[in-house]
Order: sequence, then C-alpha cells, then structure tokens
Amino acid sequence: MFYREAGDFKTSYVADNQTFPIAFDRYRYYVVLAVAIGVVPFMLNEYFASAVLIPFLIWSIIAIGLNILTGYCGQVSLGTGGFMAVGAYASYKLMTAFPDLNIFFVILASGGVTAGVGLLFGLPSLRIKGFYLAVATLAAQFFLVWLFNRVGWFYNYSASGQINAPERSVFGFNVTGALAAPEAKYLFCLAFVILLGIVARNLTRGKLGRSWMAIRDMDIAAEIIGVDPLKAKLSAFAISSFFVGVGGALFFAVYLGAVEVGEAFGINKSFLALFMIIIGGLGSIFGSFAGAAFIVLMPVLLKNVMVGGLGWPTDIAAHFEFVILGGLIIFFLIVEPHGLAALWRLAKEKLRLWPFPH
Amino acid sequence: MGPQFFYTIEVILNGLMAGVMYALVALGFVLIFKSSGIFNYAQGVMALFAAQTLVGIQTGLVPFSHLINAVFGTDLHHFGWEIPSVLAILATTLVMIGFAWLVVRLVLKPLAGQEPIILFMATIGLAYFMEGFGDLMWGSDIKKLDVGLPQGGNIGIEESTSFLGGEEFYGFYIDNLDIWAAVIATLLVVALVVFSQYTKVGRALRAVADDHQAALSVGINLETIWVIIWSVAGFVALVAGIMWGAKLGVQFSLSLIALKALPVLMLGGFTSIPGAIVGGLIIGVGEKLFEFSIGPLIGGATENWFAYVLALVFLVFRPQGLFGEKIIERV
Repeated sequence: MFYREAGDFKTSYVADNQTFPIAFDRYRYYVVLAVAIGVVPFMLNEYFASAVLIPFLIWSIIAIGLNILTGYCGQVSLGTGGFMAVGAYASYKLMTAFPDLNIFFVILASGGVTAGVGLLFGLPSLRIKGFYLAVATLAAQFFLVWLFNRVGWFYNYSASGQINAPERSVFGFNVTGALAAPEAKYLFCLAFVILLGIVARNLTRGKLGRSWMAIRDMDIAAEIIGVDPLKAKLSAFAISSFFVGVGGALFFAVYLGAVEVGEAFGINKSFLALFMIIIGGLGSIFGSFAGAAFIVLMPVLLKNVMVGGLGWPTDIAAHFEFVILGGLIIFFLIVEPHGLAALWRLAKEKLRLWPFPH
Repeated sequence: MGPQFFYTIEVILNGLMAGVMYALVALGFVLIFKSSGIFNYAQGVMALFAAQTLVGIQTGLVPFSHLINAVFGTDLHHFGWEIPSVLAILATTLVMIGFAWLVVRLVLKPLAGQEPIILFMATIGLAYFMEGFGDLMWGSDIKKLDVGLPQGGNIGIEESTSFLGGEEFYGFYIDNLDIWAAVIATLLVVALVVFSQYTKVGRALRAVADDHQAALSVGINLETIWVIIWSVAGFVALVAGIMWGAKLGVQFSLSLIALKALPVLMLGGFTSIPGAIVGGLIIGVGEKLFEFSIGPLIGGATENWFAYVLALVFLVFRPQGLFGEKIIERV
C-alpha cells in the first residue's frame, strides 16, 4: 500500500542511479539515520550500550568488510580474527607513538595498515582457490596471533602481554579509556559505521564492485572478458582488510579497552564474522547489518532468559548457547540459505502488492 | 656423530609419530570430502564427542545429569557401574552411527544441492551444536580416558639405542602411546582400503565419490551411502578421540585437533587417503624440526602456525596438494 515505485518519476540519470531509488526506502533510510543519531544517544543506558549497541556497530563494520571479500568477491576467508588483531595492535602502536594524533585518524590509519597486511596474505589467492584458500587464510589467523603474542615490540614490552587503550578524546569528549561515556563511544562508532557503510555501498555498485562479482561468479570467464584478476582479488583483500582493521581497532580501543590477543582475536571471531554474513546474506550490505545484529543480540537474549529468567547456572547456559547457536545456523541455512537479506527482499516483494496480492 | 645428531633423529621420530596422529584426524575429513564434497569442519568435535561418550559410558555417568540437577534440583551423577572398554567402544560406535544417521536426515538431506560454502557453514554450525551438546550431556570437566593402552616412554627402545651416542645420549625417547597410535592407524588405513576396494558397499562409495549423478542413475541410494560414510568417519573420529584423549585427557581442546588436521589436508590434497598419511608425516616432522631448530630463536610455540605456513607456501607451487586431483577449470 505504501511501498511501491509507481508514481516515483525520475528526470535525470543521477536520480535514477541513486542508492535508494524508491522514495519510501529513501525516507526510511533518513529516518533510521535520524533516530540513530538524534534519539538513541538520549535513551542509552550503560548495559544496553556496552552489551548490544557498540558491539553491534563494530561487528557490522567487520561483517561488511568480510562480505566484500567473501560475499562480493567470492574468496572465503577464515583469517578475520587475525586481521582484527592487526587493526587493534596498529591502533595501539599509533596511539602510543603519536599521542597528539586524533583518534579518528589513528583508527583510519590502523585500517590502512591492516589493508597492507591483507594485501600480503591475499597474494596466494591468485593461485589457490576454494576451500584450499579458506584453509590457507587460517595461516594468517594463527601466524598473526602468534606474532602479537610473542614479539614484545607490538605490546610495548608490557609485563602482562596485554595492550591497554590510553585515553583519547574527540571534540573534548573521551571515547577511549575508563572515563568515556557510553554516548560518546556509541556516536564515535556510529560515525565510522555510516561513513564506511556509504563507502562500501558505492564501491560495490561501481566498476570495482562489478569486477569483484564477475570474479566471484566465474573467475576464468571474468578474466576472458577483461577483468584483471590480480587487481580485482587484491583490491578486494585490501579493502576488506581495511574494514576489518577499522573494526578491530574500534573493538580494542572503544569496546574492550584492554586486550589479550589470543583471547580477543582467536579463531572464534573469524567464525562469528562468517556466521554473520551467512545468516545476514552473502553479497549484501543490509545483510551484514542484519547478521551482525542477529549474532550480537542472540547470546544476550539467551543469557537473559536462561540465567536471569530460569535461574540456571551460567556454565549450563553457555553450553545451551552453543547448542542453540549451532542449531539456528543449520536451521537458517536450510530454510533460507541466502540469509536475512533474502527474507527482507521477499517481504518487500509482498509489501509491494499488499493488501491486494492478485 | 655427536649427541646433537641423535637428538635431531629423535625429534624426527617423534615428529613422525605426531604426524600419524594428525593423519588419523585428517582421514575422517578425506572420507567425507571424497564421497560427498562436504568439507566437514565438525570432524574434530566428533572426535571430542566420541571420546566424551566413551568415557561417559565406561564410567557409568548419567547423561544430562547437570541439566537434570539444575532443572529438578536432584543430585544425579553416576549409575554406579563400570563397563569394560571393549563394550563401551562398541556402544560408542553405535552412538556414532546413530549420530551419522541423524546428521544425514536432518542436515545433509535438506541441504542437498546447495553450494559447498553453505554446506561447510552447516558443518561449522554442527560443530558448535555438538560441542554444546556433548558438554551438556557429559559435563565439561576434564576426564581421564583409559582403555588399557600403555603410556609413557618405551623403555626397550630407549635402552637398546642408548649406546649410539656415547656418554651424553640416553637413547631415543618414544611414547608407547604414539607407537600404538601408529600401529592402529596403519591397521585402520589397511582396513579402509580393503573396505573400499573389495566390498560391494565400498565400490558404491567410490562410485558416489566419482560422480553423484551417475551413481544415482545406476541405482545407488545416496542417502544410505552418506550414512555409511558418516558412520565410518564417526568411527575414525572415535579412534582419533581415543588416541588424543588418552594423550591429553578428554577436554575442550580436543576439538581443536581439527585445526591441526587442516594443513595436513591442504598438503596431501582433500581427496586422497595416502595424501592424508604422507601429509601428516611431513607436517609432523616439519613442525617438530622447526620448533627444535628455529623455535628457540624466535620465541617458541611455533607449532600453532608453522604447519599452515608450510602448507600455504607449498600450495602456491602446487594448488591441488600432493595427491589431490588435478584441478581443471572450464568456462
């Protein structure tokens, strides 16, 4: 009834090529943005911000990053945790080496460093394909975590081997360290999400994104029609790693504050990111958000129900969480292998005809 | 030839033994990948689950006792009996067969025809599920697994080789358990080869591995074959679980041996049983030698990643692994 393109006339190519060509979609996008920026910060409480919203925002960046590599370019990566660690340690080194540099640029620069590392580990993808590549990216995961664990230079030779985020502020508001208010942290992460979301959306529908998708669909055919696999694959690795690096830096600096590499950036994180894009939908920016929301929200919900509601011991609740997470993943894959994004698309199709579907 | 030389040989021998243990896990992967094209990440958790079940049955633990206690406020823990190892192993095998049947019915069949990545993700989901399920069923504490395999250094080998290196060398130290693992792994491989080459079911398995469609069209029941394959993989997981469980104790880290088997697979090729063995041996020797010679210089604990980097470098030169089928791509 409300959701249709009829009557939505375009008079220029620019208008026709915009991100949200349907007016309803466009207004919804503005409303979501306005609520996220203007309303949510005033309703935050400490628990909700640190348990749900901030991890959700950070994981969305990471999921978008992995989706660029896996969903758009078709290169399965299990090294996400390792690249997050690169972002985190790069931000730590930059923060301690240049105390005056604004944290915003520190985070962006950490993304840049991670892009370089990602490029390096992306090189074998030119020879190795499919599952062999997926397993090969585990080399990045294990090697990078080991490196940050063993080489003292990365954690400034601190006795515990941990890294701690020093206090940094934006416009006079602390965003890292113990004194940071949840609102400031939230808005800081939100700024990155909006910025990188727009970048990702426009990259993936531009020339570069189309070359990634050509490689994903069939790399030999893509090569024959003139897509350079070297350029496409390596750019996907670099840009994806940039996103993941920014996510990792925020994860360390804003969300956790103190990090021990094996625990914070272990292989489980790689799997979580992969779950997000599979459940959300491969090759979809919206799917990355949906998947991140799902994976972040579900354990919080389960924990509240089982420990808070039923009063079970936490270890049994933790086991149940595994069972339910595993079961849900299988269930989702069976019911809708293209993820929440496909369900969303379906809902829109239905809405377009509603309430007279015939 | 000084003692250093013999120490190196000892490291190589131990590496070979460790390699056999890796190969044991890799075998399960190869079996399933070959027959159904599914990269079964849950293989490691299957080993953990099998070992947990074995210990649970053997010592008479009440399944789900923690959960029942938490919900009903009871105090259950043991049935109060002990079951001989052989019977317990048989019972566990039955459990694994039942599990295989359930997996095929509930997971693989609805997902038939999906892309490999989707199936791979499903097995990761399966791994999470089983990890939680196993802990719920048998408790997450570290359990001791004892099926009567000898443990500790083999005195015979140590004494008979101590003359080699003079005063400072005490003979080769090789764990009895590793020797047993090597023997059992060899038997297992021989049995698998005989099974797949000389039995009717084995022939059907190979047919399915070659071409699903063609196998279906000559009247082979794909579902039955999958159940058989997953049962065999479950049995291999049980053997691996016994070996690793006896070595490390039955605990969460057992499921991580899957990660040890992956570089072995890359090196040997995902589709080759001999590849799994040879790959396991190369990785075992390689990482032990590297840790022994270069590890101390760069901070140690290199075993976590060395295998992966070795496999990665190797793959750049031979993308299908040592024994994998040549990858031919057409447009």
